Amino acid sequence: MSSTSRRELPLVVDYGLIPILNLSVAFLISGLVVLAIGENPLEAVAIMIRGALGYSEGIGFTLYYTTDFVFTGLAVAVAFHAGLFNIGAEGQATLGGLGVALVCLTFDGAPWWLVFPFALAASMAFGAAWAFVPAWAQARRGSHIVITTIMFNYLAATLMVWVLVELMSEPGTMSPESRTFAEATRLPFLRDFLTPWGIDLGQSPLNPMVFVAILAAIFVWVLVWRTRLGFQIRTVGKNPIAAVYAGIDPGHVVIVAMLISGALSGLLAVNEVMGTQHRLLLEFVAGAGFVGIAVALMGRSHPFGVVLASLLFGILYQGGAELAFEKPKISRDMIVVIQALVILFAGALEHMFRPGLVKLLDRPRAVAARGGA
Amino acid sequence: MDPTGFLDLAAPVLGSGLRLAVPLLFACLAGLWSERSGVVDIGLEGKMLAAAFASGAAAAQFHSPWAGLLAGILVSIGFALIHGFASITQRGNQIVSGVAINFLAAGLTVLLGQVWYGQGGRTPQLEASERFLGIDLDLGIGRALGESHGLGRVWSEVIAGHNLLVYLSLAAVPATWWILWRTRFGLRLRAVGDNPHAVDTAGVSVAGLRYRAVIVCGALCGCAGTYLAVAQSAGFVRDMTAGKGFIALAALVFAKWKPFNALGACLLFGLLDAMAIRLQGTPLPGIGTVPVQVFQALPYALTVILLAGFIGRSIPPKASGIPYTKDR
Repeated sequence: MSSTSRRELPLVVDYGLIPILNLSVAFLISGLVVLAIGENPLEAVAIMIRGALGYSEGIGFTLYYTTDFVFTGLAVAVAFHAGLFNIGAEGQATLGGLGVALVCLTFDGAPWWLVFPFALAASMAFGAAWAFVPAWAQARRGSHIVITTIMFNYLAATLMVWVLVELMSEPGTMSPESRTFAEATRLPFLRDFLTPWGIDLGQSPLNPMVFVAILAAIFVWVLVWRTRLGFQIRTVGKNPIAAVYAGIDPGHVVIVAMLISGALSGLLAVNEVMGTQHRLLLEFVAGAGFVGIAVALMGRSHPFGVVLASLLFGILYQGGAELAFEKPKISRDMIVVIQALVILFAGALEHMFRPGLVKLLDRPRAVAARGGA
Repeated sequence: MDPTGFLDLAAPVLGSGLRLAVPLLFACLAGLWSERSGVVDIGLEGKMLAAAFASGAAAAQFHSPWAGLLAGILVSIGFALIHGFASITQRGNQIVSGVAINFLAAGLTVLLGQVWYGQGGRTPQLEASERFLGIDLDLGIGRALGESHGLGRVWSEVIAGHNLLVYLSLAAVPATWWILWRTRFGLRLRAVGDNPHAVDTAGVSVAGLRYRAVIVCGALCGCAGTYLAVAQSAGFVRDMTAGKGFIALAALVFAKWKPFNALGACLLFGLLDAMAIRLQGTPLPGIGTVPVQVFQALPYALTVILLAGFIGRSIPPKASGIPYTKDR
């Protein structure tokens, strides 16, 4: 960072104007891509917003996607606070799914409210376990967490193929998926509760996990800013050497932060496996682990920001599905492009506009100072 | 088993292992250039994918594999420069930028492929004349060794008869070594990855060197992608890199950031891949049927074990991943 860009800016600029500016550029370029394809970007935006927020079924789907992204976004954010880049949310969520499926298949037929706590616990335990090895290797053996978590994503994917093909698939079928859970064991859809009240969520798979996601966000806020462990995590993230002087063991904090991160990623699996698909599928995470990176960057690793960014991505995903339906030329891959641009501009290029803004905001002040003298 | 019979069995697997190692080798060397200069690149996968798409489309458009190679290299360099701009000029987080590159390529290739060709993201099927095909390199040696068995088979299936890009990738190994370890430019480039302040003090531009490294990285990823779409297959299909960029990254760690080690690591990983295909469903004597997934998982597992320091130590260039700040 050069000296001009390190200059203090008002908080409103740092936490409001700059993120909005970065996002606007990302969306502007996305608009240009749509234009290059030969469609009208404004029309596309209108279709997306109508599809995501214009009717209650759309809102249901939007919130369902949001739930996934809140979990992975919080997972990446907690790791960020500890100065770690957890690219492994995808793999950790995949393993979480294995945990959920094992619980649901074991207690198949039991009422969901009985199975639910065990499914939550299993998803978190499996997700955390998959995060443990990279965390331990980083903390105690000095290997780089980015590389190891990438490797663990692929290991998770390979393991999943083996488990589903060799162990869990139903005899006589070729498709790599587990048996479907009994109706009683599935998480209930919110649409079944809301229809009597006149709210029609249509076919949207929104389920009680959306409330768990909100609780998780509150938990992360309390953890990071209101507990001793949170203070240790932030200290290690800012300056591991200072942490050692303060009597903190950075290795220990790294491991604990990654376990929490993995557990949060694992929770996504309850939403997908127990709440939506009702069976274990290959690649059910479908990239949500990577959306978590975009969401955490956009939300500046603050739980409130993560929830807002997840909502934005929920809108993008649901709206994108509708858009692909109405404008076949703009396939769902457009969402991946938007996601990439958001990661690029809100993440890697986040300081691009800072020096300019500093100059812009300093000039009136400098002029005023000269005038006053 | 008599030696000739063994060679007959081993030759096809070795040959296919080499062919599978080529994209890994290009990408691994690409990563080596970038990371030796201090720019961490987890966007190898994305650049390969973008190059594969560009080369497939250009080869179909201009009916020439060379047009494909050129387009692949140019597009890949374009992506590399985005990464360079973010990590060198803007001093952004290099991991984040790499992730963005991967997604940008994954999304744009399929999006544009669908708009242009309407085949679910594929590019048009390439004719034989639009591809890099195996060159007839018998030189009479294969015939002299006995055409269809034993050493003759090793010659014809492992050494000769590959396409041009295979030999290019093999030539890139000593070339990389020579440039990086035997020229002034190479010394500076490696220095910039270990101690950029020293290079800056000597009056050499840190950013300039890093940009050059990133461009070479882009060109090599371009070759990797072109190999996939125009040599190995007859056109681009959605997500055709399928994680090869990350295996290349693993190979780079495995190779401890050295070119000849990179060759060894990529050949090993390619061979594992070939064996997984060859041994699918075939029981091994004394072990029984080994699940394919074991072979698929080995490169990743070995890399994790290596990184944790259990088999030797793999230490990246000191300044890699750290943006350079001049004012100190």
